[in-house]
Amino acid sequence: MDLITMDDLTNEEAISLLDDAERLLPIARGDAYLPLLKGKVLANLFFENSTRTRLSFETSMKRLGGEVLNLSEVGSSVKKGETLYDTMQMIDGYADVAVIRHPRQGAAQYAADAVQIPIMNAGDGAGNHPTQTLLDLFTIRQGQGKIDGLNVVMVGDLRYGRTAHSLSHALSRFGASLTLVSPEPLKMPSEIVRDLKSSGCHIEESEDLLPAISSADVVYMTRIQRERFPDEAEYEKVAGIYTLKAEDLRSVQSDMMVMHPLPRVNEIHPSIDATSHAWYFKQAFNGVPTRMALLCRSLGIDIPEAIV
Amino acid sequence: MSEMRRVSAICNGTVIDHIPSGSAVQVMRMLHIDGSHSNPISLVMNVPSSKVGSKDVLKIEDRELSQEELDRLALIAPSASIAIIRNYGVAEKRQIELGSELVNIARCSFFNCITQNPNEPLPHRLQVVSQDPLEIRCAYCGRAQSVGEIIESLI
Repeated sequence: MDLITMDDLTNEEAISLLDDAERLLPIARGDAYLPLLKGKVLANLFFENSTRTRLSFETSMKRLGGEVLNLSEVGSSVKKGETLYDTMQMIDGYADVAVIRHPRQGAAQYAADAVQIPIMNAGDGAGNHPTQTLLDLFTIRQGQGKIDGLNVVMVGDLRYGRTAHSLSHALSRFGASLTLVSPEPLKMPSEIVRDLKSSGCHIEESEDLLPAISSADVVYMTRIQRERFPDEAEYEKVAGIYTLKAEDLRSVQSDMMVMHPLPRVNEIHPSIDATSHAWYFKQAFNGVPTRMALLCRSLGIDIPEAIV
Repeated sequence: MSEMRRVSAICNGTVIDHIPSGSAVQVMRMLHIDGSHSNPISLVMNVPSSKVGSKDVLKIEDRELSQEELDRLALIAPSASIAIIRNYGVAEKRQIELGSELVNIARCSFFNCITQNPNEPLPHRLQVVSQDPLEIRCAYCGRAQSVGEIIESLI
């Protein structure tokens, strides 16, 4: 079963995956071992750099007893001009499931159309990043005890930020109120705003961060991504525009969560790290149980009710 | 019928009538009619029409356009009337329909879409998300495409 955008999951399926991830936590932490994916091979196809996503998929597969193939774009056949279609034909024969990150938008859907094995989108240009969304939802549920009806502020590069695109889609389906904070050139694409509104989501758009956070349940910071800008001068105009410091959190709700898909540059000052609002490192760990749950779903493997 | 006399009746072929005024050249582009074949083509533009005020008409001799070819015109001439002519008579009338997907009619116009690599072999697919208001998106990257962008990106 492919996962290309959050549209591939119903709300019930998303919740069920979060429940699966919850049960897999002891394995994710290394406290238990259950080789549910023994004999299975995952192909990690990162045509664009990644740290957390690639490593967490790799550790997820290994903690469940499976094997991992890693393809990196450097020096590979891609540099020799091989099409994605041809690369995928090879992977179709070598692996049982593949994770793909690619600088071009639409690459994951294209790859899924090209092969039989299940494909998981780990980021396609400025498109989608649904496995990040699942781990974000998992983290939000840990902190707030629920994922529906929340007041969420999304901050930074909402134009090119694929994590923001996928997460806003998912949250809108769970009845969130969204405040989208970005500089004018990095506003959420209009077709996404249209989709969010048509699913009944209450949306506000703003350029000011601090007034937006006082009543927030979650503040989701994103990095302004230098690599997405066609022009360095355009990047310099908006780089570093939003920085959250501990002193900015004086009047926020006590259980307000600060999240970030990482890596951060200067969006979250280290003074926040020691506060109870800091959730971004727990969020990074949560990539492991949620991706375990996704791998099992893709490969049609049931997760036992109780894991000891 | 006076407006039709500008071009004589054809013996066999396809007549596309009631093309929005000024759009016949785009229609020809969409049908890959570029004069490279030897069959006669007649084009009249901006002629008065009792039905729509002003219109273009295209007569293609010795070629019967298929439904698939005609459906390409849904984006620019959805209300055009089509007649298949055999032996100077109307043998068939056809309607243009906008299907749920445009396959290999136009490329996605988004510069960073995976389909921008001309060597990638899978078909170009644009999905009709909604007919009214018209909304079309690339099946791969999801970017919305305007009719103008689609016409610029015809294959």
